[in-house]
Parts: sequence; C-alpha cells; structure tokens
Amino acid sequence: MKLKDTEELNVLKAQSLKLIEARLAKEGVDTKNAAGLVRHILVCGGPGCHSSGSPRIAEVLEEELDRAGLADQIKVFEPGCFGFCEKGPMIQIHPDNVTYCEVSPEDVSTIVQEHLIEGKQVERLLFMDPNTKERFAANIPFYNNQLRIALRNVGYIAPENILEYIAADGYQALAKVLFHMTPLEVIDTLKVSGLRGRGGAGFPTGVKWEFTRRSEADQRYIICNADEGDPGAFMDRSVLEGDPHSVLEAMLIAGAAIGSSQGYIYVRAEYPAAIHRLKIAIEQAREYGLLGKQILGSDFDFDIELKYGAGAFVCGEETALIHSIEGSRGEPTVKPPFPAQKGLWGKPTCVNNVETLANIPPIILRGAEWFAKIGTEKSKGTKVFALAGKVNNVGLVEVPMGTTLREIIFGIGGGIKRHKTFKAAQTGGPSGGCIPTKYLDSPIDYESLMAIGSMMGSGGLIVLDEDDCMVEIAKFFLEFTMDESCGRCTACRVGTKRLHEILQKITEGRGTLEDLENLEKLCNIIKDTALCGLGQSAPNPILSTLKYFRDEYIAHIVDKTCPAGVCKSLLKYEITEKCVGCGRCAKQCPTRAISGSPKKRHVIDQERCLKCGACMEQCRVDGAIIRH
Amino acid sequence: MCNSDSPNEFAQKLDNYIDSLPNKKENLIAILHYAQEIYGWLPDNVQWHIAQKLDIPSAKVYGVVSFYSYFTMKPRGEHVVNVCMGTACFVRGAEKLKNELENQLKIKAGETTPDNLFTLETLRCVGACGLAPVMIVDGEVHGKMHEPQEINEVLAKYRPEG
Ligand SMILES: Cc1cc2nc3c(=O)[nH]c(=O)nc-3n(C[C@H](O)[C@H](O)[C@H](O)COP(=O)(O)O)c2cc1C
Ligand code: FES
Repeated sequence: MKLKDTEELNVLKAQSLKLIEARLAKEGVDTKNAAGLVRHILVCGGPGCHSSGSPRIAEVLEEELDRAGLADQIKVFEPGCFGFCEKGPMIQIHPDNVTYCEVSPEDVSTIVQEHLIEGKQVERLLFMDPNTKERFAANIPFYNNQLRIALRNVGYIAPENILEYIAADGYQALAKVLFHMTPLEVIDTLKVSGLRGRGGAGFPTGVKWEFTRRSEADQRYIICNADEGDPGAFMDRSVLEGDPHSVLEAMLIAGAAIGSSQGYIYVRAEYPAAIHRLKIAIEQAREYGLLGKQILGSDFDFDIELKYGAGAFVCGEETALIHSIEGSRGEPTVKPPFPAQKGLWGKPTCVNNVETLANIPPIILRGAEWFAKIGTEKSKGTKVFALAGKVNNVGLVEVPMGTTLREIIFGIGGGIKRHKTFKAAQTGGPSGGCIPTKYLDSPIDYESLMAIGSMMGSGGLIVLDEDDCMVEIAKFFLEFTMDESCGRCTACRVGTKRLHEILQKITEGRGTLEDLENLEKLCNIIKDTALCGLGQSAPNPILSTLKYFRDEYIAHIVDKTCPAGVCKSLLKYEITEKCVGCGRCAKQCPTRAISGSPKKRHVIDQERCLKCGACMEQCRVDGAIIRH
Repeated sequence: MCNSDSPNEFAQKLDNYIDSLPNKKENLIAILHYAQEIYGWLPDNVQWHIAQKLDIPSAKVYGVVSFYSYFTMKPRGEHVVNVCMGTACFVRGAEKLKNELENQLKIKAGETTPDNLFTLETLRCVGACGLAPVMIVDGEVHGKMHEPQEINEVLAKYRPEG
C-alpha cells in the first residue's frame, strides 16, 4: 500500500509498534512471569556469527519451539550484527533482556527447556568477565562506553521488514524534511551538527550538500559509497545488512535537500548478503510509496538503483566510482572538477559514505545541537570501528569521537590476546598508519590521528602485538596498494612497486642504510605526485612505521635480525647442547638439513634450512632447538 | 555452476537479460556479472558477443574485464577456495594458511587442480575478522583455520565420496 501522507505513516507506525514491543522493554522482565507475552529471540546474523553457524541455530530453535508447542508464542529472527563478534554466535531473548554467548546448536534444547519453559537462565552460556569471573545476562561490559547512533537499529530490528524500521521512528526524518523544513534548513542542520564524512577524508557533509545544490543543472545525483575497500573493516557492511532503510532514508533526505530525483548505491560484489537486503529494502520502500513519485503525497520524486563493484579498491575513490557506475574502467580523474560540480554523466553529484548517511535521520529528528554535543571540538558524533587483530574482544564498536585508543583496545576490547604486549594500532587501512603505545591516550578524532601520522580512515582498527614485525606490516600494505594501483599514473604504478621491492630487500636481510634513505625520499615523492588518494596515501604505512619503529628497520638492516621473529630469511634455527639425539627433528625436516648420529647432538645445515620451523614443533626437549 | 544448460541456452539467457535492460551500455558491468554467473568465467567469445550486442568495441569490454579482479578470463574448478588476505587475517596467520592450502592442493594461488576440482584464490576481508584466519569455499566461510588437520577436513567435505 502506498502511503499518501504523514498521517498514514504515523498510523502505520502505531500499528507496527507491537512488532518490536518485546524489545522496547529495556529493563529485564522476570522470566517466570513472562508467560503469555510473545517473546522475541534474536539470533545474531552478523557476518561473524553467520559464518560460525547462526543460521543453523535459528533453524534448530524453530524446530525445538515447534516440538515444545511454543512456536506461536515466540518469534525467532536474525537481525544484523550485535557487535560482540568474539563471543559469537550470540542470541538475545526479549523482553527478558538476556544474552547468551558462544551458543551451539546443541545448546538450543537446554535454552528452550531451562530458559523458556522453566524460566531459569542458563548460567554457563552467559558472558563471563575473564578477570572477575562475574556473569552478565545483560549490560555486558563490552557495550559500556559505547554509543550507538549509526548502529542504532543494527542487531535490534529485523532488517527485512520495513515495518520494524517504521516502528523504530523510520522515515519520520524524511517526513519532517518534506513537510516541515526547507532544503536550506536541512543543509544548515547538517552544517551545525558538525557531521563529517565517515568514508575517510572527513569532509563536512553539510558543506558538500550545499556545493552540490548550488551547481546549476537539470539533474543532480546522490551516490551512496558502499564499496568498503579497507581490508579488515566491516562497518558499512553491518549497516547495510542490519539497517538498510536508514541508508535509503538518508539518501531520500539528501535528494530533497540537494534537488535530485535519482540515487545510486555502489556496493561491492563481495557483499552478497548486503545486496540481497538492499534489494528487499528498495522493493518494500517502493511498495509503501517511500521511493517513487510524489513521496508521502509531496511533490518530491526519488528512486534508487543498485550498482555493483567488481573487486577494485580504487573504485572506493569517488571519481573512480563514478566511472565505474558509468560502465567503464574505474580509473580516477583529477579533481577539480569535484563530483559536486561535474560528476555522474557530467551532472553535479553528491557522494556519501554508508555510515555518514546512517547518522543523518537521527540528526534531523533530534536536532543539530544534540549531535554537536557529542564528540570533540572538531569531530562530532560517534565513529564505528571494526576492532580486530590481536585483541581479546574482536567486534564492531561505536564510540563517541574523542574516546581514547586505550579505552577502545583495553576497555571495550578487553586487552591483548594471550597476555602479550601491545605494539601498535593500525588505523586507516592501506592509507593509514601505525600508532605506537605512547599515543594510546590521545583522543580519537580526525585531526589528532592525522597529527600522529595515521588517519581515521573508514574505521578499520587492527591491533598488533609484540609478535608482529612492523616492516612486514608495511610490506603487507604496500603489496596491497601495488596490486590495487589502477596504473593510470606513474608515481603510483611504478612507485609502489619500487617501495615494495625495497621493503622486500629489507625483510630478506639484503637492505642497506642507503635503502632506508631512498625509501623515505621515494615515499615523499609519491605523496606529492600521485594522481589520486590511493597513491598519495600509499606511503603512509611506511612513513608511520619508519617514524615510530625505525629501530626495527635498523635491526633488519644492520643486525640482520627480525626482532619479532617473523621474517624468515633472518631467522636462524639452531640445535643446542640440550639435544638428546632422538632424531625426531631430522625425520621431519623437508630438506633433510638435519644430521647427527643417534643419541648425539644433531646439527642443522643452515644452507639447506627453509626455516619452516617443523623441527621445533616436533622437538620434545625444552630448549634443544632455538630460534633467533 | 549450472551444467544442465547447454552453451546455446547460456547464450539465450544472456541475451534475454541484456534485452531486459533499459540502458544497456552503462550496465556493462552488471551484464558481465551476469555472464560470469552463468558461464563461470568470461571466455573471449562471450566478451565478443556482449560487445556486438551492445554495439561497443570489444576492446572496451576487454578493458573493463581486465580492470576488475572479480572478473576472470580463466575457467575455474568445481569449487573455489579463497583465502582471506585482509589485515585482520594477515596478522593472525593467513600467510601460513595459504601455504598450507597450496601444499595440500599442490597448486599455487590463482591455479586450478588438474582434476578441475579446486581453484585456489585470495580475497580481502569478508567481514568475519573475528574468526581470523578464514578460508571461504564456494562462499561458505570457515574460521579459525590454524591446524593442517582442520584444513584437510574442510577440503574433504568438497571431495567426491570414496
Ligand atoms: C583509494 C581510495 C579508496 C576509498 N575507498 C572508500 C570506500 O571504500 N568507502 C568510502 O565510503 N569512501 C572511500 N573513499 C573516500 C571517497 O573518495 C569519498 O571521499 C567518500 O565516499 C565521500 O563520502 P563521505 O564524505 O561521506 O565520507 C576512498 C578514497 C580513496 C582515495
Ligand atoms: S580480514 Fe579476513 S575476514 Fe576480515
């Protein structure tokens, strides 16, 4: 049914509220008295939980509920990512407000019997604080100090049902924009809110909208950048899968404010689940007249089309992305002209990132001042990070700008895995840098991250520990940019290759101090001369590791050692006097580099040794084989 | 792959899809996605056919196909094994996982086994960073792949019985 006006939207919202009622009760309800209430069981459908078996859990739940005759009193569904990926698969039961961690299909019958039938919580599946051993049914410490604005509906509503989005204030911001605000008021609200682009560069969103609106044209376009290229980041994906309508609503608002009737979402082909959800969302929005002609009875027309990427990192860059939508090779072009002046098919185009967009409906509804109160002086609101690497609590976190890295990694993240020592935090992906221990207490915002040689980027946050070699990490990112360089400009195409070669040399112990100088020089040249952001920022991982971990480079070059014990060419395996001559190692060695007579100390022929470490894994005597 | 269809039916399906699109030329990438889905890869003659149908130079089609890593001009095996080489997986041992897969399958990344059963490829981040390192077989993610034994068990599931 097509909604004819705001009135009908509000009626639909009132009717739909019962769909999410059970989840609205924030306080836990006594499970024993919860009988008769329709309960909701949310099985986390985030990428991590999904891969570790949540669909199977949902299936078994349905079967067990059917068997117990509870199927009509309990609704099971898979919302988007809960964020606490480390403890997945997770499920939540409402209105009881109980979360269970690391659930397996075998646990389902216990949950049904004990929790749902007998009204007792299943203690062993509750989150346990690893230090205090305290169990938590709700208010898990991981979520303390988080503030969910962009992720407000992710993991909360059923993403394939537009009615749940509408019940959660969905499309109210659009109605406000269409009937109670002028386009300039909308743009002003964004400017006052201080919202900046979450796609990397941090450009003020309101200003970008204003530029695009001011460019004279018969048509303008709105593009949502859902290419999420940072390898090790999944924030945008989680929004698309968990709350697709918030992106559609924000694009509609952009269309109304900028004067555009057509939007495109450019989504990477590697995200089939997100594509599926977007397709459903667009179809449902059309069905309710929230996309199409005369939206909500106004004179505003707007539609959205999906466009697919095809595995090219550079297509995240806005000019390259536009060429890709036009059906060509996704090569960037020089700016200016900016897309806001001359973009898709030569028309003014506003490109915004997924997370940027997801912030917009709440800003419109709650006001610019509310948003501007959150965060730091120049970076307002929150930022979503995909926290991963050597941290205990891998997951998706949304924190106010200005939160420190220490709070994210040691507070929310629960510290470093296996009690190892923190070495660095990598932010900004291949365009960013590594932040060392001494900056753990600097507040996260666009400016302070730039000042310490990294950048906000899109929100990947990879934690590195004592076992990570910083030269190797720099090489990893250079390999990435080298592969992904589109080849259009020489600085990037050839420059990244040379940088990679020098790093390769250093990690193999063939580097000289002169190489180090050349590395730095070349980095600066590429920074200044590359055509687009990919090339200009490609040297960042090298420059930041050189700045903070120069001693590791020196160790590789001068001492010919890898302090973290990663770079194979620099490792040496040796058999000590503790060797009892059992011969296990010699049998395992793939190149037969180990020799010795029975019961006598063996030796490794260093020429033939592949440094595979198989001997060390086999050895039963402590300290008989050492690596240095 | 849908091997019940003959090449003629593939071509028919592709033509129907192209005919259903309002703006053909700007949808070249979508068309190539569709073609790769039905053929499994993008052979020369298919690229040529698309160029003819859209009335654009075949060099343009080739230019687009070769630019995007998602498109392949080599046939793949029955099952595609991908190793995630994203940052989170890299710092948790993706390199070792890749080496182990190369060992077990006796091919290098980018190659297909002689029996056409497996193609080994790499990709970057599937969003399951919490399960790093991960491998993906035919779209299904397998996480925390540290032990050779576990890797072997996953591959075994895709091998024909006996
Ligand atoms: C090499 C490169 C890759 C990029 N990748 C992405 C990306 O994956 N997602 C994204 O939103 N922005 C990406 N950007 C930034 C976009 O060019 C653009 O600034 C952004 O989409 C604007 O949206 P925002 O203002 O809302 O952040 C990339 C930029 C460069 C230079
Ligand atoms: S880096 Fe491998 S899944 Fe994210």
